[in-house]
Amino acid sequence: MDHTESLWSFMDQQSAKLLQQTMQHIGLTFISLFITVLIGLPLGVYITRNKRAAGLVLGFAGVLQTIPSIALLGFLIPVLGIGPIPAITALFLYALLPVIRNTYTGIIGVDPGVKEAALAMGMTGWQRLFRVDLVLAFPVIMAGIRTATVINVGVGTLAAYIAAGGLGEFIFGGIALNNTNMILAGAIPAALLAILLDFLLSLVQRAGNRSRRFTLGLLPLVLLLFSSFYVLPLGYSSRLLAGFTPEFMGRRDGDIGLRAVYGLEIRTVVISDAVMYKAIFNKKLDVISGYSTDGRLKAYDLVTLDDDKKIFPPYYAAPVVRDAVLEKYPELGPVLNMLAGRINDSIMTELNYEVEYLNRSPAQCARDFLVKQGLYKAPRNGARGIVRLGSKIFPEQYILTEMYAMLVRGYTDLEVSSKTGLGGTKICFEALTHDQIDMYPEYTGTALLAILQPPLAETGRLTGNRDSVYNYVRDAMQRDYHLSWLSPIGFNNAYALMMRRGQARQLRIKTITDLTNYLKKDRS
Amino acid sequence: MISVKNVTKTFGSYKAVDDISFSIQRGENVVFLGTSGSGKTTLLKMINRLLEPDSGIIAIDGVPIRQRRPEDLRRSIGYVFQNNGLFPHYTIAENIAIVPRLLGWDRQRTEARIVALMEKLRLPPVQYSAAYPSELSGGQQQRVGIARALAADPPILLMDEPFGALDPITRSAVKKDFKELDELRSKTIVLVTHDVQEAFELADRIFLMDKGTVVQEGTPDQLLFEPAGDYVRTFFEEQRFLLEAGRIAAGDYPALISAFDKFKNRHR
Repeated sequence: MDHTESLWSFMDQQSAKLLQQTMQHIGLTFISLFITVLIGLPLGVYITRNKRAAGLVLGFAGVLQTIPSIALLGFLIPVLGIGPIPAITALFLYALLPVIRNTYTGIIGVDPGVKEAALAMGMTGWQRLFRVDLVLAFPVIMAGIRTATVINVGVGTLAAYIAAGGLGEFIFGGIALNNTNMILAGAIPAALLAILLDFLLSLVQRAGNRSRRFTLGLLPLVLLLFSSFYVLPLGYSSRLLAGFTPEFMGRRDGDIGLRAVYGLEIRTVVISDAVMYKAIFNKKLDVISGYSTDGRLKAYDLVTLDDDKKIFPPYYAAPVVRDAVLEKYPELGPVLNMLAGRINDSIMTELNYEVEYLNRSPAQCARDFLVKQGLYKAPRNGARGIVRLGSKIFPEQYILTEMYAMLVRGYTDLEVSSKTGLGGTKICFEALTHDQIDMYPEYTGTALLAILQPPLAETGRLTGNRDSVYNYVRDAMQRDYHLSWLSPIGFNNAYALMMRRGQARQLRIKTITDLTNYLKKDRS
Repeated sequence: MISVKNVTKTFGSYKAVDDISFSIQRGENVVFLGTSGSGKTTLLKMINRLLEPDSGIIAIDGVPIRQRRPEDLRRSIGYVFQNNGLFPHYTIAENIAIVPRLLGWDRQRTEARIVALMEKLRLPPVQYSAAYPSELSGGQQQRVGIARALAADPPILLMDEPFGALDPITRSAVKKDFKELDELRSKTIVLVTHDVQEAFELADRIFLMDKGTVVQEGTPDQLLFEPAGDYVRTFFEEQRFLLEAGRIAAGDYPALISAFDKFKNRHR
């Protein structure tokens, strides 16, 4: 596939979205930068006059810097919710250190002879600050602001995780969808933005003496101007607010399908699935795109809306194994098929709930389940060979992998090595095709839409029928990748729209059509 | 004009200035002479409140300087630094205009003053007023420093080793133009130096300092010919001949010869 060509056409098709995301990104970066300068600069000045506070302030800002960005967003959500406010707060906290430190260092570094002369001439403290200290420290302070800007552009991509928009929407959507063009459509503008802003600020930094004083006055205005680029992604004004994952936003069987097939028009923000459930539970969102076997469905008392027009293809999980391994160890196939048909949606939801909310280990859960099913056998500690099991990075996959490991150890003379927590579909599948792992559990819908990506008409024909999707995927994988799809485990971890049980009951919404009608009525 | 009473200043346990009292008349040129660490610069900086004394009172025209806003006080006192202390981000004209601008002079008056001072200090305005300090030689920078101190025509001028950082040839040229400034006649000048020659050249009265105290106070002749004790005598010993020769009127050869003989005998 010619990437350059299709990247261009992708960006062209999505140019409105790309422009909006870029503007949001610039806006987010500069709003936080503006606040950072507003607070960091005076703080930096203050600690030049209070040396005892200096260590404290710089130390604290330094500690903030070491908190991983995702974790920081996680801390902020319970306090500030989702949307631009926590995103800007996080960016602000990251940008703080370079601005404070460089202001401090810059002013401390001004020639003490010049500082003393300023006082001896009869300048007041403030006059000296504005006419001498800040002007002479300007290049160092600007260097700090440059660093802060680049940090903000980078961390700003994470804003897409908490419904604040920005170029992260494409990046994370692309990663989730295994769509390289989509990743690049977000990543390239983000990188260019960082380079461009850094370059522009470097020009400001090198400003001569005269324009420097001018620039000092102009800087707040420029920051404000760029800040205004951030316009809240309003879209439709509806009484309900939906939060969809970046992946869901870009899928034919996601947001696009909802609009096309159901005519659903709902105000939408993009959000990471890590915070989405909590946000709907806290009534920050009303509708989310979840997975039907997610343990959080139970934990937060959510209901799934019936997909009455069948736009979500089935996502039946089944083990995918390299043909070579099955040929080498023929006893493996039947053992891996022992789970077939044994785990339905509600059992899987329950298992996920136990791991995610009752904090039981996946191994414990897996073992209890196998014991209850009468499938558990003590390991044979065989040495016939090693099977490498992989899994994606979420609990359901961990639990399944543990079950397979126990079955293989108990029923064969094979040993198992686990490579769990492989980022996403793309990483798992590449690991499998590049002989890094021997098997992992995959979902029919994911295989169809994220890996095989058949033409639209083909997808339309298949979607809605469990067996036809499974058969298509099995045959295509066998043919193109020499991979075997074993029997489905039973549950269908499909996309689903979810609402709070209470609200859904109150509004009498049971299906997606109900939701669409409610929103239409609401608007008219 | 300036009166200093029982002033003491310590840095930690170190007594930089130890119970010093003196007064300076209007228009007088006074030099504080001493080795480094003798407390002379500390004393100077207390006069415009760059440093505050631990005890004692400093008054100007009878008003204790503590009662004045430091900024107002400093704007009425010129200050020349050893390393010029020019603002690197200001042009020469802007540097000289600092105090007039702080005092709110109008533009015309300030500009006229800058031009006049630059001409007197041999810094052609056309060539230099838009230049930055880094484009000037050390001697020229020091001339700007002097012009800046004099800009608002303050009655008092404090000078901290003003020629100390210059090479001998530049120093004598700058000093010569400085001495020729007619403005200085009416000014009270307090100058600090470790250079004995310079002290004798510029002072009406010299305060010889050591370890935070004034060892002897008097006219150059008094210090030279009536030294109060061994410290004063040894201080001038090395340059005694040149100093004495400098005090003798031109043409008075017998006196010169006798001074030389005395010098020879002492160094035999």
